[in-house]
Amino acid sequence: MDDAGLSVPVAARGLTKTFGSFRAVDDVDFQVQPGEAFGFLGPNGAGKSSTMRMIGCVSPRTAGDLTVFGLDPTRDGSTIRARLGVVPQEDALDVELNVRENLYVYGRFFDLKRSEIRRRTEELLEFTQLTERADDRVEPLSGGMKRRLTIARALINQPDLVLLDEPTTGLDPQARHLVWDRLYRLKQQGATLILTTHYMDEAEQLCDRLVVMDNGRIVDDGSPRALIDRHCTKEVVELRLAATTDLERSAGHLRRDGLEVEVLPDRILIYADDGEAALSFADGVGLRPESALIRRSTLEDVFLALTGRTLVEAG
Amino acid sequence: MNASGVVAALIPGSSHRWAHVVARNYASTRSAWFATVTGAFEPFLFLASIGIGVSVLVGDVDVDGRTYDYTTFVAPAMLASAAMNGAITEASFNTFGKLRWHRIYHSMTATPLTPTDIAVGEIVYAQLRGTLYSTIFLLAMVVLGLVESWWAVLALPAAVLIGVAFSAAGLAVVTVLRTWQDIDLIVFGQMLLFLFSATFYPLSVYPEPIQMVAQLSPLFHGANLCRDLVLGTVGWYNLINVAVLLGMTVVCSRLAARRFTSLLYK
Ligand SMILES: Nc1ncnc2c1ncn2[C@@H]1O[C@H](COP(=O)(O)OP(=O)(O)OP(=O)(O)O)[C@@H](O)[C@H]1O
Ligand SMILES: [Mg+2]
Repeated sequence: MDDAGLSVPVAARGLTKTFGSFRAVDDVDFQVQPGEAFGFLGPNGAGKSSTMRMIGCVSPRTAGDLTVFGLDPTRDGSTIRARLGVVPQEDALDVELNVRENLYVYGRFFDLKRSEIRRRTEELLEFTQLTERADDRVEPLSGGMKRRLTIARALINQPDLVLLDEPTTGLDPQARHLVWDRLYRLKQQGATLILTTHYMDEAEQLCDRLVVMDNGRIVDDGSPRALIDRHCTKEVVELRLAATTDLERSAGHLRRDGLEVEVLPDRILIYADDGEAALSFADGVGLRPESALIRRSTLEDVFLALTGRTLVEAG
Repeated sequence: MNASGVVAALIPGSSHRWAHVVARNYASTRSAWFATVTGAFEPFLFLASIGIGVSVLVGDVDVDGRTYDYTTFVAPAMLASAAMNGAITEASFNTFGKLRWHRIYHSMTATPLTPTDIAVGEIVYAQLRGTLYSTIFLLAMVVLGLVESWWAVLALPAAVLIGVAFSAAGLAVVTVLRTWQDIDLIVFGQMLLFLFSATFYPLSVYPEPIQMVAQLSPLFHGANLCRDLVLGTVGWYNLINVAVLLGMTVVCSRLAARRFTSLLYK
């Protein structure tokens, strides 16, 4: 990586994006360090994609400061984008071209040499396991294959910074692991990753640092571990109760006894450092769950605590 | 100065990368050779039908004291009209779908390409096929003995200029359209220009006020230019023709680039 690559990949201060009078991104500050994998979490409509598009220099900011590689996206968009790999939330493949042509034409947009593109194409097709479909049209590919092609395409210019908006949504488990592995290797080689995801395991696997967004604002940030420690108890007890049970009333009983409780549409969560103790407590107040599960806290619980919502997968 | 240099001078903010857009479009239509070939035959059909039918009915035409048979008189204007129609069709129909439904442009803007590069690329591409057709048209005219002067060699660049001007205009207009029905407006405009630009008759046939209006039509300037070149009646007025078409190119392509930018950078 060159010197410029070591300057701060992304720095945002008071970054704001409005559509009409609606504030999609509302005064956010964050910095992404070189070589870091940085994640945006948040419920649907939180402003994650809007932020990604501003970083990708395709959405002019309404207010605030934003630099990418120390440059201004408004003025130096082309220069910045030459070093970006972008996987947008929705695949934007060229349906009038076949798989291989998609990679070739896209590589040309970066002024890459023909021979260089051909070499990288074979390698990327291999990695995304699309070699056998190389000469097929894009339209009839399965959703997951399209996603893999979009990822392959974003890597054709060997980007210093990769923007991944829900990269593995729609991929089967095997393909997800392939993509994670590839992203991990990219990171090892010095690339910086910024991703949004609705999968907590993905965030925990890949991200060094996360911000949680809600309603256009950043509500907290830190490493996955730090966020869990800050917002959650060590363990969580999940109680599933008969459908006829009044969950709010049951929760009321537990809360009266000083437990931290969250009511979800289909179950009750009890946050406690000692799950066993909490469970016998629930038994004591007369709760008879159909099933009970004690588990370690995860990012999902952080998410719930911060945004009051469960994750909507594949949003 | 190379092609990119000229474009960059005319349209601020464009880079050499429009050429990649042209290449992408070429790759996507390589299989559509059938349409390309049939398109190339059109001028022959056109000239043949006028030569065999209309010409016999209309007889000769007198312009500035010279007499031409009708086919000779009308052919250069058909060349200009064909250049216009091809350019508008290519620029509007092709681009409209891409702009409204496909996400091709969105993936382009994720690369160093700018919306301005995309707009310029579309204008140039729309004109490539037009240039092919104009060449064939002109050759057909030579073969059929409808060319009166060596100036006719310049009718090809003239046709290309007409094509570029109308591609740019078509592209600018298409950015404000919302539905396929709106496209009919373009077809209507094309028809108006075609009928009232002194294509079928000499300008002198029209009453004075209409002559004034006709001279506002860019197609009039294109047709007039082609006709003077093909018939060898070149004069200073042709410089005005060129200036109008050049002006239209610059204004419309800048407009198209601005509209592309506001549509693609949200
Ligand atoms: N071009 C636009 N015009 C108007 N509103 C927009 C536009 N783009 C986004 N928004 C609004 O901004 C808000 C944030 O959208 P954004 O796509 O950034 O959310 P997100 O966090 O990516 O959500 P998801 O998880 O569903 O992808 C939404 O309310 C959305 O409707
Ligand atoms: Mg999104």
